[in-house]
Amino acid sequence: MQNKLFFVSALSLFFLMQGNVNGQSKYYDKNCDVSFYSHTPIEDIEAKNTSAVSVLDVESGALEFAVLIKAFEFQKSLMQEHFNENYMESEKFPKATFKGQVTNISSVKMTTDGNYPIEITGTLTMHGVSKEISTTGTIKVSGGNIGGRSEFLVKPEDFNIAIPSVVKEKIEKELKVTVEANYSAYTN
Amino acid sequence: MSALTKFFIIVIAVYTFNPISLFAQDDLSALIEGFEEPVINYASAAFKTTRVINGHSFENVGGGVMDVKISHRFGFLNSGGYELFGLDNASIRIGLDYGITKQLMVGIGRSSFEKTYDGFIKYKFFRQSTGERNMPIAAALVSTIALKTIKPSDPDIPNYFSSRLYFSNQLIVGRKFSDAFTIQIMPTVVHRNLVAISEEPNDVFALGIAARQKLSKRIAINGEYYYQLNKSDPEINNSLSLGFDIETGGHVFQLHFTNSTSMIEKGFVTETSGDWLNGDIHFGFNVSRVFTIVGKNRKKP
Repeated sequence: MQNKLFFVSALSLFFLMQGNVNGQSKYYDKNCDVSFYSHTPIEDIEAKNTSAVSVLDVESGALEFAVLIKAFEFQKSLMQEHFNENYMESEKFPKATFKGQVTNISSVKMTTDGNYPIEITGTLTMHGVSKEISTTGTIKVSGGNIGGRSEFLVKPEDFNIAIPSVVKEKIEKELKVTVEANYSAYTN
Repeated sequence: MSALTKFFIIVIAVYTFNPISLFAQDDLSALIEGFEEPVINYASAAFKTTRVINGHSFENVGGGVMDVKISHRFGFLNSGGYELFGLDNASIRIGLDYGITKQLMVGIGRSSFEKTYDGFIKYKFFRQSTGERNMPIAAALVSTIALKTIKPSDPDIPNYFSSRLYFSNQLIVGRKFSDAFTIQIMPTVVHRNLVAISEEPNDVFALGIAARQKLSKRIAINGEYYYQLNKSDPEINNSLSLGFDIETGGHVFQLHFTNSTSMIEKGFVTETSGDWLNGDIHFGFNVSRVFTIVGKNRKKP
């Protein structure tokens, strides 16, 4: 009887160990680079955020980002003020988030170094508006480290960001957003 | 106790006290929230520009940013149709402001009214913030100097250089209460080296109050009033100004009505002769255009 109990307990612990293995499939980066760029003949607009947070689960492919709007740095301080004040309304909507999935995560071999093309779909939320997006990117595995990179286009009007006619010629209809992350394994 | 019960007790106990296994079922969102570091959230753009109308707001230009200001005050509205309600006469100030850092700025200007040169230094020592650092107000000190260069009315009496100098010191304390509404108070002292008659005080103390209310993202309505505490001349009035700010990208246009002719502290605080009730109102505007001289150095990751 005692033996049987021990056996069952050991078995249950074994299952819990599996939970631990799952836990180690999570990778994080607290200082992702998120930048966007707009080019028109009149003005180039570029802003960079180096403090975005991301978590990637290499087992399930789940991928998330959180980006503080006020942490975007512009070359021109007035542009930064207008970005926060007039366009993103960052007092009201301080954060942009992405919650989604690397749909082909199974093709990424964590044990083999190399560049793996990936497909990403998920929900981008900013300025109080959520929108499904899908894009492509790459995951670079080297020596157990994971780097990720992706580019996608964002239309301000999709997120209810109005661009007044006087500055329409200075801002592109679609802005290119570039995301770069260097993930480290998450251990409890 | 049956073996089955014991088994369940062990399983429950292990699940309860093993945070790692619990974590495995967690949503990534909780994890991401744990990574987000606390930040200081500074309030910005409490006013569209560094001036409310005539006087300073508690906003500064950014570090490395130059602000060119061209301001006009037309004649009094009550001058009638012959003068096109004041538009035939204009007094002008051309100014150049520069932000040394985001909290320290300097500026120079030249007014056609009494051919006056002026300069100021402004230090914003409190920035309103929430989050990691909580500061309910913003506060700034503004110190100005003005040199009147118009030829003396009576060249036969001694006219010293020092008699042409005026100074002012001002504390601005304010708060952006909401996205749209900001209010500030401005205790001010103006020192005149020379006054017209000995009864007039050399130091005039005044208390100013100013507010802005945004009407839309790019249009705001501003008001500004300076109450002189030791006014002696009954001909002199307190300065009252009302106007609109209209922002278009790098420009801010300020259109306003004021009873003050001068656009610098020593003038509008202590020498305002116009009376609103009499129709002694100037229509005027300030145009502000910023140029980024030194771009921000981006933080390297």
